Amino acid sequence: MGRYILRRFAFSVAALWVIVTLTFLLMHSIPGDPFMGEKVTEAIRLNMLRKYGLDKPLWQQYLVYIGNLLRGDLGISLRMTNRTVNDLIREGFPVSCVLGLEALAFAVTTGLCLGTLAGLKHNSGWDYLAIVVAIIGISVPNFITASILQYVVGYRLRLLPIARWGTFEQSIIPAFSLGLGTLAITARMMRTSILDVINQDYIRTAKAKGLSEAEITWRHTLRNAILPIVTIMGPLIAGITTGSLLIEQIFGIPGLGKYYVQSVYNRDYTLILGTTVFYATILVVMNFLVDVSYGFIDPRIRLLKGRE
Amino acid sequence: MALAISGRLSPEMFQPVVIREEEAEALTRPVISYWQDAWRRFKKNRLAMFGLGLLCFMLALSFIGPYLTPYDFREQSLLECNLPPSSTHWLGTDNLGRDIFARLCYGAQISLFIGIMAAFLDLVIGVIYGGISGYFGGLVDDIMMRIVDVLYGIPWLIIVILLLVVMSPGIWTIILAMSITGWLGMARLVRGQILQIKEQEYVLAARVLGASPAGIIIRHLIPNAMGVIIVNLTFTIPTAIFGEAFLSFIGLGVPLPLASLGSMANDGYQYLLIYPYQLFFPAIAICLIMLGFNFVGDGLRDALDPRLRQ
Repeated sequence: MGRYILRRFAFSVAALWVIVTLTFLLMHSIPGDPFMGEKVTEAIRLNMLRKYGLDKPLWQQYLVYIGNLLRGDLGISLRMTNRTVNDLIREGFPVSCVLGLEALAFAVTTGLCLGTLAGLKHNSGWDYLAIVVAIIGISVPNFITASILQYVVGYRLRLLPIARWGTFEQSIIPAFSLGLGTLAITARMMRTSILDVINQDYIRTAKAKGLSEAEITWRHTLRNAILPIVTIMGPLIAGITTGSLLIEQIFGIPGLGKYYVQSVYNRDYTLILGTTVFYATILVVMNFLVDVSYGFIDPRIRLLKGRE
Repeated sequence: MALAISGRLSPEMFQPVVIREEEAEALTRPVISYWQDAWRRFKKNRLAMFGLGLLCFMLALSFIGPYLTPYDFREQSLLECNLPPSSTHWLGTDNLGRDIFARLCYGAQISLFIGIMAAFLDLVIGVIYGGISGYFGGLVDDIMMRIVDVLYGIPWLIIVILLLVVMSPGIWTIILAMSITGWLGMARLVRGQILQIKEQEYVLAARVLGASPAGIIIRHLIPNAMGVIIVNLTFTIPTAIFGEAFLSFIGLGVPLPLASLGSMANDGYQYLLIYPYQLFFPAIAICLIMLGFNFVGDGLRDALDPRLRQ
């Protein structure tokens, strides 16, 4: 187990390093420098470059950048005066986090219930409902769900607030549209998983020795069927995180995603760089945790990967 | 039986059975190839056929549609801004007076093109990379797969956004950006398949006959892994189309005056409260394409998966 965790950890660190280096090189491959557009004389421009260390050779800048990163300093926003990237993240991330967790909780619980019902009552109404929900959730991009719900539920029917952030009612449409894709994938996966498990020999054994239907479902079917869901949690969390970029933009939610999209519009390079690295770190850490927890839950995986 | 019961037996009733070779070898059922079998199973799947019909319809619409309407997709007419759907402008016009039907057809072309090209690039890179890694195995495989493992941890959308910020906008930029991370899944899949297939006897036979590694990979391993590759492909295309729509929606999509379904949805969203049809039409088109590919993909998976073959 220790070796498995160590291996995963090394991969995660390597992935992060690749991302950081890639973003650094990409940002520096852009022609010009951040002060080109400003109306300043050449001398002032050079002074500014020196102040921010941009006159040094690339490898020195890279070392400084890595050093700053390791100390958790992501730099200063180029467009929002006097704001550091750390400030913006500290402000925006809790909002994104709440929205993401709400969406994830809604999607995973509903998806699991729907998938389980569909799998246990194969070819019933629940099954068809799950299939339809899965197809819609996978085929309709979340920004389309979001804008249509915003128009129909928020504007036409006036059932829920159309935008902004603060109350629970305001978070319902965003969290729903953000979670719908995840819900669909979870339900679909759980359904297949249940169908797979109920045909196994150990379920037949449990039936043969006279366990009640409820007991078989709780003790044997569900426990085994839920395993594959854990493996896709990494990509699901990634989907919710990136999806939240658009959802926050659409609903005017002051989260990190909105800052990120704005920084892309404004070409605010340090902010793009900082938030990219931040997002990447979160996702890589999530993936790592999911992998490790899966190793704990299912000993077969750990052995398989260790030998690989 | 009746004869035996009545007791009238004769020696000619007890002739030894002659084993005739041509009869023993004769095929009682028509010969059917893997692909014919798959097509037969695919045809039986009603949802999959519906998906195929949907895709054919969208393809036909995107290529024939522009000839059905007198309007050009970039032709502006400020006297005819934001018209609702009517007999002259079938799906109405947008804020610059451009015909939405013409733009929709053109946008569907661009979206499909981006999706298919990105998936094709993923296919080429993934198959070559996975093929080499799986075929050689050992240290080569170890190194190549560790690289994939590391890259796999990178959130693709974020890297794609970053690339588009840096590179100049354009259709090929989007396709390239999406392929940069898109090939990883395909490479893993192909490698797994190759690892299984290369242990088969016919591969050994080919090697004994002196076939080169490249020849074996191209002639034997990849055709046999094709089923799984195609299934993966049908799911890669909608991912790429979704990716393009997502990027267009945050303003990183195809540059004006080009249109894609995503950029049309983005334009339409700006006027959602006043002219909701400007968002709904491209949104419906995106959903239909995604639905089509997902149905076809599901159907193909059932049809091509050898484990389900009867």
